[in-house]
Parts: sequence; C-alpha cells; structure tokens
Amino acid sequence: MNVLARLYYRYQKLLKMLRLYLMIAGPGIIVMVADNDAGGITTYTATGAQYGFHLIWFLILLGPVAYYVQEMTVRLGAVTKRGHAEAIFHAFGSFWGWFSLLDLVLTDFLTMITEFIGMTAAMKLFGVPDWVTVLAAWLLMSWMVLQGRYWTWEKLALVFCALNLIYVPAAFLINPPIHEILRGSVIPHFPPGGFTNELFFLLMANIGTTIAPWMIFFQQSAVVDKGLQEKDMTGGRIDTAVGSVLTVVVAVFCIILTATLVPGQHIEDAATAAMKFMAINKHLGACLAIGLFDAGLLGAICISLASSWAFGEVFGWAHSLNHKLKEAPWFYAYYMFVLLVAGVVVLIPGAPLVLITLFVQVIAVTLLPAALVFLILLLNDEETMGEHKNTLFQNVANIGITAMIIIVSTLYGISALFPGLLK
Amino acid sequence: MIVTIFRSTMQTVRGINQKYATPHLKTTRLVRICLGLLRAYLFLLIAILLFKFIHSLH
Repeated sequence: MNVLARLYYRYQKLLKMLRLYLMIAGPGIIVMVADNDAGGITTYTATGAQYGFHLIWFLILLGPVAYYVQEMTVRLGAVTKRGHAEAIFHAFGSFWGWFSLLDLVLTDFLTMITEFIGMTAAMKLFGVPDWVTVLAAWLLMSWMVLQGRYWTWEKLALVFCALNLIYVPAAFLINPPIHEILRGSVIPHFPPGGFTNELFFLLMANIGTTIAPWMIFFQQSAVVDKGLQEKDMTGGRIDTAVGSVLTVVVAVFCIILTATLVPGQHIEDAATAAMKFMAINKHLGACLAIGLFDAGLLGAICISLASSWAFGEVFGWAHSLNHKLKEAPWFYAYYMFVLLVAGVVVLIPGAPLVLITLFVQVIAVTLLPAALVFLILLLNDEETMGEHKNTLFQNVANIGITAMIIIVSTLYGISALFPGLLK
Repeated sequence: MIVTIFRSTMQTVRGINQKYATPHLKTTRLVRICLGLLRAYLFLLIAILLFKFIHSLH
C-alpha cells in the first residue's frame, strides 16, 4: 500500500511538472525548429547528398552550440523584461542600438525573401502557381498573428513545428542503413577525400544555419511577450533544450533521406532534391516538398515577428501578440507589410534572387558577432542580471562558441563574396 | 503628407536618441575592449564589401 501511495504521489508530481512545462514551452521549440528554415533544409539536403552519413556527428555537436546561445536570451528576457533590440539600446546607447536594429531589419527582410523562394519552389512541385503560394502563405501568416492572443499564435506555430518533423517518418519508409548512420553519428570523422575546401564551405554553411541573428532577437522578445518570469527559467531552459534536440533531429533525418536516396549527387536546393525524390517515390518527394514549404513558412513567421517586435520595442509601439489589431496597428502593419513585400519580390520576373541569397550570408555576418558580443556582455552585468549572470562555465562555453562562430561566419561571408579565395 | 510623415519620424528618432543617449551598462575595461574590437571588425567588413563593390565595377 505504501509503495502504491508513493508511486501515485510520484505520478501526480510528474503530471504537475509536465503541465507546468507545457505552459512554459513554446519560444525555445519554435525558434529552434524555425531555425531549420528553407535555407537550412537546402544546406542539410546538400550535405547528405554530397557526403552521405559522414557528417551526422558534426550536426549533433551543433545542438549544444545552439542551446548555449539561445539559453542566454531566456535569462536576459526573463530578468530584464526587455527584447534584445531594446536591451542593446538601453545598455550600449543609440549608436549600437541603431546599428543592430537597421542591420536586423535588412538581414530579416533578405532572409524572408529566401523563405518565400523555398515556399514557392516547394509548392511548384504540386503545380501551384507562385502567386497563389505567396498570397496563401501571406494570408495564413497574417491570420495566425491576428488572433489577439500570444497563446493561440504559439500553439498554431507549434503545429507547424510538428509538421517539420515529417522527415522522420519519411526516413523510416526507405529503410536506411542503420549501421552506417550510427557510425556517422557516434564516431567523429571526415568523409573519404579528407578535409577539402568544398567540405569546409559546407561545414561553415551548417554552422551558419545553426545560429542566425534573428533567433537571438526572436526568442528574447517571445520570452518577454509570453511573460516568462525568473521562476520560469528552468522551464524555459528545458524548452530550449528540447528545441535544440528537435532541430538536430530534423537536420539528421534530412541528411539520412538524401544520403540514402541521392548519394554523391550535387544538390543545388531542397526543391531539386524533392523533385529527384519524386522520380524515385512520389510520396517521399511530396514529404520533402511539404517539409520545405513548412520550413519556409515557419522561418518567415518568426523572422518577420523578430523585426516587428524589435521595432515596437524601440519606437514604443504596442508590440504584443496579446493585442488586437486596433490596439497595436503599427506592430501588425509592419509585420504584414514586410512579409508582403518579401513575397512580391519573389514574383518579380528576373529579380536577382541568387544575388539576394548570397547577400543574406554577407549581411548576417555583420550582425551576428555584434549580437553575440552584446549578449555576453549583458549576461555578465551583475547590476542587470543579479544572481542570473553568467557563471564561469557558461562564460567559457559561450565565449568559445562566440569566437568560433565569428571566425567561421566571417570566413563564410568572405568565401561567399570571393568564391575562389578559399579554393 | 510625405513631409509630415518624414518630420514626425525624425522627431521620433530624435526622441529615441535622447532616451538612449547614455549607455546604462557599466563601462568596464572589458566592455571598452569588446566594443573597440567590434568597431574594428565592422570597419574591416565594410572595407571588404567596398573592395568587392569596386572590384565588381571594374
């Protein structure tokens, strides 16, 4: 009887913890899954097709990297109740504030265009005209935020996050070689041919897709909008950790799909991979195309929100998803206008889309180091953070990660500008 | 109308600049070094971008 009572007590405690976690969960999972945006899916499919299962271990290592950076935004948001843009203005003054805000707006706008490129390419495989995709996606994204409740938006976004996991069942349909996958996951090694420039470029691209400037701004603002308090920090951390696991799972299963079905082939983008899949198995191709559309949609929603929140914080507009359209007209107008313009750019015949994709990488390089350095400096300010400031271990880990990201993203940006330089 | 919007935006920007004129982070030596390095890094990137732009024109 005593054992039964203890088991029941533990069950009730576990249930209560789960309920509490489900209330707090959201920003971490959404930001991490949205990180696997259209550009991310393209990078993973190219990695799998080119190098098979040999780089899975590398992507697994990127999970903790994303977690450590994003976890800082949870603490900063919960303690200061300020978004990242406002926090930079407040702590470093208007020069660095404007630099960060305008750079964020430009980077986000260009990235949104790439999300629409991904969405239209995916739906084209089902015979949907580009303008229909752009219009439908824009209406859907606008409807999601106009619910007037952060909670509703978050749950809708989580449904799209779940759809992003479509690559997992798809991979089980093709009976991938488990032994090779395990070897590629557990034993760090380079693919046959060794460490070439091409491999280096792809590794840089994978790191570049793991941490993007908008993620820092988005999660901190989402934490504030959700109203997370200092007491919710553990839940926020678990949320971020679960998100980082999911982001790695999606990346790994993308690699498994292309490494099994189109090994050794050069993949230009994820839509090309989906087309090749369709020739092999119609359903698999459809899965990849749906996943690509979903990735673009989630990315566009989060990126546009990151900019809208940032502008709202700095300009003093009402900027919460808990507001109705009438209560926060500028916030919603900015969100919808930027998405619409980004979508329309994709529809312009002869628009320099390749140049835009290239430019995203270069512009992101100018913002990412600044955002990361500001984050670490803010997290070390005892006056602001009190007992939640970075510990020695967190500083060692985060400074190491930041240094690595700055070096790699700079090299990535330079190699995008001068393609022959690293060859 | 455009002039009115422009004027009102400029006024808002001036207000933001005034509000955040003084940085609130304690300016320790570490903060100064980090911001200095960040400035140098950004100047370097701008120089590279300018070089690429001029190189492309030729």
